[in-house]
Amino acid sequence: MNKIKCECGHINPEGTVLCEACGKPVEKNQHIDGNDKGKLLNMRYDGSARRSQTYNKTVIDKVWNFFSSVKVGVWLIVLALIASAVGTIFPQEMYIPPTVEPAQYYRDEYGIFGQLYYQLGFHNLYGSWWYILLIALIGVSLVICSIDRVVPLHRALKNQRPKRHEVFIKRQRLFGQTERVSNTDMEAVKENLKKKNYKIYEDHGHILAEKNRFSRWGPYVNHIGLIIILIGAIVRFFPFMYVDTYVWVREGETVVIPETEQQYYIENKDFILELYDPNDERFSEAIQQEGGMVPKNFQTNAVVYQVKGDTVPGSEPELEKIKEGEIRVNEPLKFNGFALYQSDYQLNEFKSMSFKLHPKNNAEDVIGAFTFDMTDPKQEYLLENGYRIVVDQYFPDLEIDNGEPKSKSNYPRNPAFIFFVYGPDIEDREVSFLTIGANINPGNQNQYKLSLAGVEMRDVTGLAVKKDRTLPIFAVGAIIFMIGVVQGMYWQHRRIWIHPKDDGVWIAGHTNKNWYGLKRDFESILDRTSINPPEDQQELS
Amino acid sequence: MNADRKKKRFVFRAIVLFVLIAAVIVTLVSSFMEDNPVVKAGDMAPNFVLKQVNGDQTFELHKLRGKGVMLNFWATYCDPCKEEMPYMEQLYPEYKEKGIEILAVSLDTTELVVKNFIDDYDLTFPVVHDKRGDVMDLYKIGPIPTTYFINPEGEVVRVVKGPLTLNRLEAYFQEILPGQN
Repeated sequence: MNKIKCECGHINPEGTVLCEACGKPVEKNQHIDGNDKGKLLNMRYDGSARRSQTYNKTVIDKVWNFFSSVKVGVWLIVLALIASAVGTIFPQEMYIPPTVEPAQYYRDEYGIFGQLYYQLGFHNLYGSWWYILLIALIGVSLVICSIDRVVPLHRALKNQRPKRHEVFIKRQRLFGQTERVSNTDMEAVKENLKKKNYKIYEDHGHILAEKNRFSRWGPYVNHIGLIIILIGAIVRFFPFMYVDTYVWVREGETVVIPETEQQYYIENKDFILELYDPNDERFSEAIQQEGGMVPKNFQTNAVVYQVKGDTVPGSEPELEKIKEGEIRVNEPLKFNGFALYQSDYQLNEFKSMSFKLHPKNNAEDVIGAFTFDMTDPKQEYLLENGYRIVVDQYFPDLEIDNGEPKSKSNYPRNPAFIFFVYGPDIEDREVSFLTIGANINPGNQNQYKLSLAGVEMRDVTGLAVKKDRTLPIFAVGAIIFMIGVVQGMYWQHRRIWIHPKDDGVWIAGHTNKNWYGLKRDFESILDRTSINPPEDQQELS
Repeated sequence: MNADRKKKRFVFRAIVLFVLIAAVIVTLVSSFMEDNPVVKAGDMAPNFVLKQVNGDQTFELHKLRGKGVMLNFWATYCDPCKEEMPYMEQLYPEYKEKGIEILAVSLDTTELVVKNFIDDYDLTFPVVHDKRGDVMDLYKIGPIPTTYFINPEGEVVRVVKGPLTLNRLEAYFQEILPGQN
């Protein structure tokens, strides 16, 4: 490493633009910050040696230097922005119909671009590997850029001396000269500086007055906050930290809660839906606009169970009740880090249907009745007087496909039955095909008829299952982020140099923002003294 | 002194880069796991126990070690599932002799429909019923049919999503025949 020795005696690291101690420009490095002899000094990072701009030796150094470049960082952010924008052109995967194959959907709906969109992973942008990689690289760039700037800046500010080189003073933006200054004036200035909360460093009559240096660390504090937020996002990939899933539970049912390793079960005791009264004149107009039902409240009365001991999945678990409560919108039921949120419902699935058997032409003369319970259906129902019903087929959700009846789902939404009726006065058997609203008698020979006598309905509740242990990480990250923003925004690092020159002084000032504020500081500091206020050399040129 | 500093800087940079790269890799890997949390080829098949519908036996997967197991998730309302059932039935007697067991896990809600289906299709291989959906959750089953071919050591050799043809089914049986290695 070639050190650079300044004429003031300070030894600077290679790549230094302005001597850390006296601020004299290092001749051979002026190109780094684009300094030009006739112009003002570029005070970026106080002219410190951002090391990465000068070394390029091992592979590690090369990688490091790549990420240390702000240009690279900005490009990564631009790429992420473009990718995010492109990701909004077609709908994301979660918004397309769930029954279709995504590959086919994008091709059919949006043609060749849709296919490309799907193949490149834009359809699930936040989950596609290259997008995650891009965001991760932004994180890497953030860390390395910060390290590479905060260290030299800290060094430069620590090593600065009150006595500055004349070139440094002259080429500050705020610079002023006064031919003759009395000692009393100098004392008054120092007093005023103290009143303005400046810290004063003196060396043989040279004065450095400085305040709010900590504001320079704002961006780095802010970056630490961002990194913590990124860590929070990474941790969300682990199910022990973050779960976001969904479960449907029918009234009376007890089912396993997904993503809990079969450790927790939930029972839906009752689902309650309350509607706004359409006859209430306050609401009637709004309800009509909505086209009927407007729920006022929907809630699930639920019980959460935990599995006791070790059970092999599939075997009847021994359940222990751990929590019972009412789940309403925004009022989740919480247990062991999980929260169950009310988020959807389906009304009126069939729970049971009751049938009565009677002679075809006389509905009043009931021979027998039975109830088909959809949750626990039997193969055979015995009626009185030797009559017997056998369930030949049960279709929970009937669909006729090429003339063949079949069920399209598990759920009793449109139940249909083929019953065989046996009885003492029935030769062989009678076949009845029952659907909602129809009773088909295939041979038309039946003496007896099965009629619907009653139904019981039940509701299904849709619950979001959430666990989020990452929130504290995000909170800490966000707080640190805000501290950094405030630190850098509401305070400014202001410095004033007073440089004795013959019988008079040169004065110069620098701030990282709010030059107006610094000028006002000068005004009150130099008030009632013979020292001329500095001129803004940037405005002059 | 100079060389010492250089070395320090190298070590520092190497450590920081290593940590960052490790974080990137962890992120990418766990995002893949997220997409694919199901039981994959090469994993040990998670154990479960379910009662047979067409018989009185209770089947525990781990107790079938030593046999090749075809674990088929299906339901009566699923058309492609119905297509492959006859092939399974056709090959079952021969491969049962050779030490392969077929276990068809029905995801229907009621046992009645499963029973009716078994009667209609004359199935002789064991069909078990996952009444509460525990096993479905354990294997994170998405679309059905999904079939796992498990070797005699209990390791998943192959996962097939979608229906099987007779030829492919027979070829996959060869992969899990006992006494090969």
